[in-house]
Amino acid sequence: MPLDPDHPPAGPALADRGDTVCVIGAGASGLSAVKNLTEAGFAVDCYERETGVGGAWNWRHDRSPVYAGAHLISSRPLTEFPDFPMPDSWPDYPHHSQVLSYLERYADHFDLRPSIWFGTEVVRVAPAGADAWDVTTRSTGRGGGERTSRYAAVVVANGHNWAPHRPAYPGLDDFAGTVLHASAYQDPAQLRGRRVLVVGGGNTGADIAVDAATQAAACWHSTRRGYWYVPKYLLGRPVDQVNARLRVWRVPLRLRQWLGERLLRWVVGDLTRFGLPRPDHRVLESHPLVNSLLVYHLGHGAITPVPDVARFTRRRVELTDGRVIEPDLVVLATGYRPRFEFLAPELLHVDEGGRPRLHLHVFPPGWPTLAVVGLVQPNSGVLPLAHWQGVAVARWLRLRALDPGRAAAFAAQVAEGAGRRWTGAVPRDSGRHWFEVDHVDYLRGLQRVLDDLAVPGRREVPA
Amino acid sequence: MTGGAGGPRVVRLRDWTRPVPPVHREVLSARPEFDEGHPPVLFVPGFGQGAWAFAEHWLEHAAGRGFPAYAMSLRGHGGSGPARRATLRAYAHDVVQVAAGLPRRAALVGHGAGALVVSRALARYPARAAVLAAPVLGGPGRDGWSLLGAALRRNPWGTLPALVGGPLRLRRSQLFGADLPVELARQRAARRGRAGAPAQWQLLAHRAGEPPLGAPPVLVVGSPDDRVVPVAVLTRAARRHGGAPLLFPGLGHDLMLDARWVEPIDGILDWLEKLP
Repeated sequence: MPLDPDHPPAGPALADRGDTVCVIGAGASGLSAVKNLTEAGFAVDCYERETGVGGAWNWRHDRSPVYAGAHLISSRPLTEFPDFPMPDSWPDYPHHSQVLSYLERYADHFDLRPSIWFGTEVVRVAPAGADAWDVTTRSTGRGGGERTSRYAAVVVANGHNWAPHRPAYPGLDDFAGTVLHASAYQDPAQLRGRRVLVVGGGNTGADIAVDAATQAAACWHSTRRGYWYVPKYLLGRPVDQVNARLRVWRVPLRLRQWLGERLLRWVVGDLTRFGLPRPDHRVLESHPLVNSLLVYHLGHGAITPVPDVARFTRRRVELTDGRVIEPDLVVLATGYRPRFEFLAPELLHVDEGGRPRLHLHVFPPGWPTLAVVGLVQPNSGVLPLAHWQGVAVARWLRLRALDPGRAAAFAAQVAEGAGRRWTGAVPRDSGRHWFEVDHVDYLRGLQRVLDDLAVPGRREVPA
Repeated sequence: MTGGAGGPRVVRLRDWTRPVPPVHREVLSARPEFDEGHPPVLFVPGFGQGAWAFAEHWLEHAAGRGFPAYAMSLRGHGGSGPARRATLRAYAHDVVQVAAGLPRRAALVGHGAGALVVSRALARYPARAAVLAAPVLGGPGRDGWSLLGAALRRNPWGTLPALVGGPLRLRRSQLFGADLPVELARQRAARRGRAGAPAQWQLLAHRAGEPPLGAPPVLVVGSPDDRVVPVAVLTRAARRHGGAPLLFPGLGHDLMLDARWVEPIDGILDWLEKLP
């Protein structure tokens, strides 16, 4: 950072951290990046704005989206880190508190905490010269001054489920009832005895509607379109394992879609009977809504499905089909948006829709020492993908130092591959779907990159 | 899909769609009085052997030298839950489960066929280090045939039934050196159980394993007087990991139960202490 005599830097002068890599965030993705970079021999400084690890999974964090009843929606084998399994005595779909204890054990097992600066948030990341980065941090606790350190590389792992997205509905500000974003929903007690409208057809919306079905005086569930309601178990196995089984047999996408729809029609049945719209997309085209209980409560009449909200008035909510309902609590389960306030948008090639253009959702063209991990929404857990992303970043940084020729070839691959979708089925274009990936397609792509980036290990010897 | 260029395998459809069923696993431990910062050591016994084999001497000795020491029984062995048709994959799963449950990144010590199980576990868990003690790595090709040859020559009636799915019975003279009292040797040999028939088969015919995660340092220890594992096998195993075997003459195959058990465990702990 150039020294400006009119604006001397706050705190001590710029600290050059040499070859150290900076990781932003100590959630699941950040932890695995720290572990894999350290394992590859890099020194790592990780900055975490909270005082504990676990990011979104740590319910103590004020930005955590988890609520009391949140369980995984992908099963354990498809969710755990590939090199640190969850205990096999745990249920197929562990509770969020188990995921947190798992991440805490991961941090301790691999001794990651000494590399993490807790209570320190990253305010600014700016390129410094050819490859290095100036990272400006601020203590979140004592309102301390800013501090800038220079790093050889930066790995962004700040998560994408913490900045609530609130659609602008006409009249919402005048509504006299309580309006809550799902991020502020923690406990079913908040719903007890209320007349609740849950807006949003994602997994969170479905979970909260199910909570409301047993706790609230009335529950409406508003969705914009029809979805496939996938039960957690099909044919006696967790549903993601059934889907992965079809990949073992290399069943082509179209046939998998046909089989999946056939199976769901048999098992779940025709949901238009309950007043839900027919799905406007094929199965596997959008992130699955995995919930066994929603349909059950529809059958009890405890949840009334309604279409999108047209407008709010002081006491009422008008729906797009002309119906008018009178809830006193509205929960907006309308999702989250990725945010990178500390980075200039052009560094990640962010387009007008707020979507970064990266290779494999990791590598930004033109910035070889910048990478993003965990910015994917797979039809499995994120952890396995984040793990291999971290391994790929470590291999890439190592290869750059050792073999400039092969590194140049990969840089060309990054420029060419940026923005590619990693879903067999192209998702419906809705703002939130751009980083959805099919986990098998995506990992196969990552496998090729890992093989391309392989450098002879330190201890490997010719046979 | 396999990782080319010896890379890790990323798409693991079998692990995802056919997870190994959970089972109770026996883990014995001995903790040092003070934490000296040494990595935990997890001892993995071979086929037919249980955690008790390490609890006799090695566990306490390792703890006495400042290493948190653990010994486990594979499924179907010792105090672990029953598993008649266990495979190599299930055994490796057991090791990874126990290792990941330890407070810190562990060093894995596999004995006999337990060394093969450990080498499989290394592809699923980035161990701090690995020790293959009197390793029965088997596999198609030279190593498998030399093991089978040695076993048939020295103990045809104990070995032949295993080829048709029966138990593998090792003789006292294969397991122990001459200086272990006969009565003790008889008792210890009698405590042996048996491994799953599929796993026994896999000793001779198994596909090459995936490469280890995190490039752990690997040490091979054994005895030139081991009547189960020929020295040539030890040398080849050590060479694959870029070293030479650490040899302790005068001991039988069961290094941890023999009269001079202290020599190999001291050799292993010395090596672990010197790790960077």
